Amino acid sequence: MSMEEKQNFQTFQDFSSLVLKPNREETIADIVKYCYKKNIPLEICGLGSKKNIGRNFQSQKTLDLSNYSGIIKYEPEELYIKVKSGTSIKEIKEVLEKKNQQLAFEPTDFGPLFDGKNNEGTIGGVLSCNFAGPRRFKVGSARDHILGFKGVNGKGEIIKSGGTVVKNVTGYDLSKVITGSFGTLSVFTEISIKVLPKPDLTKTLVIENPHLKKGLEYLNAALASSSDPSGAVFYPEYFRNQFTFNDLTTEGPITAIRIEGSKLSIDERIKQLLNELAINQKEVSILEPEQSNIFWENTRCLKVFTNLKNDLLRAIVPASETFDLINKLKPYNIKYFIDWGGNLVWLQIDELNSNILNEIKSIVKNFGGYLTAIKVEESLKATIDIFTIDDVKYKISEKIKKSFDPKRILNPGKMYTGI
Amino acid sequence: MTSLQMPKVQQSILSSKDKIISELKKILNSNNILSHEDEIRPYETDALAAYKQKPLLVVLPETVEQVSEILKYCNDNRIKVVPRGAGTGLSGGALPLADCVLLSMGKFNKILEIDYKNRCVVAQPCVTNLAITHAVQDNKFYYAPDPSSQLACSIGGNVAENSGGIHSLKYGATTNNLLGIQVVLMDGTITRFGGKTLDSEGYDLLGLMTGSEGLLGVITEVTVKILRSPEVARAALIGFSTIEDAGKCVSEIIAKGIIPAGMEIMDKALTKATNDYSKAGYPVDAEAMMIVELDGTEAEVSELIKRVEDIANKNKCSSIKISKSDEERLKFWIGRKAAFPACGDLAPDYMCMDGSIPRGKLAEVLKEIKRLSEKYSLPVANAFHAGDGNLHPLIMFNANDSEQLRKTEEFGSEILKYCVKVGGALTGEHGVGIEKRELMCEAFNDTDIRQQIDIKVALDPNSLLNPGKVFPILRKCAEEGRVHVHGGKTKFPDIPRF
Repeated sequence: MSMEEKQNFQTFQDFSSLVLKPNREETIADIVKYCYKKNIPLEICGLGSKKNIGRNFQSQKTLDLSNYSGIIKYEPEELYIKVKSGTSIKEIKEVLEKKNQQLAFEPTDFGPLFDGKNNEGTIGGVLSCNFAGPRRFKVGSARDHILGFKGVNGKGEIIKSGGTVVKNVTGYDLSKVITGSFGTLSVFTEISIKVLPKPDLTKTLVIENPHLKKGLEYLNAALASSSDPSGAVFYPEYFRNQFTFNDLTTEGPITAIRIEGSKLSIDERIKQLLNELAINQKEVSILEPEQSNIFWENTRCLKVFTNLKNDLLRAIVPASETFDLINKLKPYNIKYFIDWGGNLVWLQIDELNSNILNEIKSIVKNFGGYLTAIKVEESLKATIDIFTIDDVKYKISEKIKKSFDPKRILNPGKMYTGI
Repeated sequence: MTSLQMPKVQQSILSSKDKIISELKKILNSNNILSHEDEIRPYETDALAAYKQKPLLVVLPETVEQVSEILKYCNDNRIKVVPRGAGTGLSGGALPLADCVLLSMGKFNKILEIDYKNRCVVAQPCVTNLAITHAVQDNKFYYAPDPSSQLACSIGGNVAENSGGIHSLKYGATTNNLLGIQVVLMDGTITRFGGKTLDSEGYDLLGLMTGSEGLLGVITEVTVKILRSPEVARAALIGFSTIEDAGKCVSEIIAKGIIPAGMEIMDKALTKATNDYSKAGYPVDAEAMMIVELDGTEAEVSELIKRVEDIANKNKCSSIKISKSDEERLKFWIGRKAAFPACGDLAPDYMCMDGSIPRGKLAEVLKEIKRLSEKYSLPVANAFHAGDGNLHPLIMFNANDSEQLRKTEEFGSEILKYCVKVGGALTGEHGVGIEKRELMCEAFNDTDIRQQIDIKVALDPNSLLNPGKVFPILRKCAEEGRVHVHGGKTKFPDIPRF
């Protein structure tokens, strides 16, 4: 390192270690700037909760943001919180809880899947990956909740977009582009995110129903009803024994619909929903608030896949196609459950190889959706595409990547080869 | 028109007009190419009517392939293109350039598919916003974003501007209700972002295109979410004797965990104007009037409206009226929705500003606007989407008086700068366009703007698609002392400017 570089680098002393853990924004920018000059590829990480998702790629250093954490500003009445990117979701939730607010998109917790225990990661990681939980169809995903950010692009420049107010169309909506880009465009430093009131109560209607087809029809009818559900999920019978609730008196698969709001409103809406779905009280169990919360928390955390040995895929299709999709995938020896009212299918699969993956990908694509390989064996990772993309979008994405990170030093290859 | 600077006119393009027409005739039916002065006059402005400029010519393609071929031809021959939907934009985003081909999407006006199973509608871009709701309302569905121009504005334009509306507090703006688009890039590439699925994989190019003001691509098809109409909607019409009380009431409603479907405030001037215009029965003596709408099931709405009533009383409201029927509820809204024409009655012209502010800063910002109104001797009336902090001051003036127009622009700029100063944004839902272009330096520094321009250049290397919009044309920024200029060099010297 030259004298000049050292001076530029004074905010960060020890560049020799493989893992860099800055605690200041300027330092983050300095590190990236240095790596830009020297062509040093960086892996960006927070608490490592989603480290296994995405392609393997070559990096020389790890930029660990878990020390860059803390709440910068929380204004409950303005419905936003501004935090440093390495702040853990756990900490954010604790702060919001005190004001009875929440991150309404319920970020997926992959901790149980990869590591057997909860690890929700950091806000930066959650936004970089954009995986939303059961409430997605009602409130949107992480990308619908980010209001603004500051970050460091691949040249080491600090950039910002958006702000802290909900209505803002000043310039391009870069917050959306960065969200879901798996750290390949910029390193998040500050994030302003929308928060919403927690509902007073939640209850869950579980319908006694043995068939997938009927289950999907119930979910779809619930989403189209005026009962305004906030969760709609189907678990086949083989997952039934993972749910031991006193309130759960039905047998067989679980077709569950969540209703949230004030007590009066919930009871009215459940009654109405039973009417609209043309089912009677005897065919349902109602999970009361406490059990309902646990049920959806388990769904959000992919509890049924805790310490999964097999591979896990995530297919998103229009809800109208889900039944045919599952039927078409049966020969592949799958286990699955369906979230988002039929729009999201989690697929556990034995003996995945690149041929099978490509076949499944193309099946999902033909149904108008897309497939992401969430958990695959390391040996397979090198030979398959984790994400899906077509040629035109690849070319556009390549250009977008270049505009943020011209030397490809931020998580290069994490999403696609060459990006 | 004031001294608004636009990209330099290419004389060579003007002089090749005949050749361009004959080339375009190979792509389009000649009826769909307008070049006579009388034919193109309707396209000389959008709803920011103080600025006018006739384009070189107007084309009205009918298919996506034609859009692609037109763009490719223009790209290859370095001809600027300005896309246009219904022309209802308030920031001048569809203002033509003298040497541009104006690409009107007017013939893309059909709903292509209504898919109740996936609760979405696929429409061509020039279908109006309200037509989507009309197409599905008999089945008890609707499209949530409702800009006040919804009767006339196009859904493609809504995507380009990321339009909001009264209901965006609870249901989000266009970007949150959009599932997919088909888009044509300047080089003629036709592609799709998103579809009928929730979220799309890879970079969120759908999110990038939404609100990009026609600078990154031309939207040729739109897929939007439709929602089940709420069973019941009820509104409270509340008067306050001070703006502060109204502001506090808004904050408390939110703090108590209530997210109304709509929450609007009008100041005294606008309450009176709209009441005179529409006979809505507003409390005209109140300093601020608020409409709060709750929707959902009967029990839920009754419960919430009671809570809102309590909060309003606690915050010293001077009057409160709850709608007893849907008719009465709509009557409450009639005045609010007529805010623009009502102002049209008060002065020959008005300029509608569009700042966003933290909800809690309402009283402070309105006080500043009042001060500025006195400073510039121009009357102003204020409408406020209180729920999401989007403020619309309507400055009244006479556009035939060039001094008044200049003063109005300055007044408007000062309001927006103040919005940014208190932690808000330059534009909540109208877009930057030409109107707020030079103010971008208030919200962003050089690096921020440079990053945005890099994206523009990545998709449109010759800056041919809707140039002169959104980004500051540096000289003015520099003159106002906000941008540091080295050795007389313009900012971003290496990107093409026309």
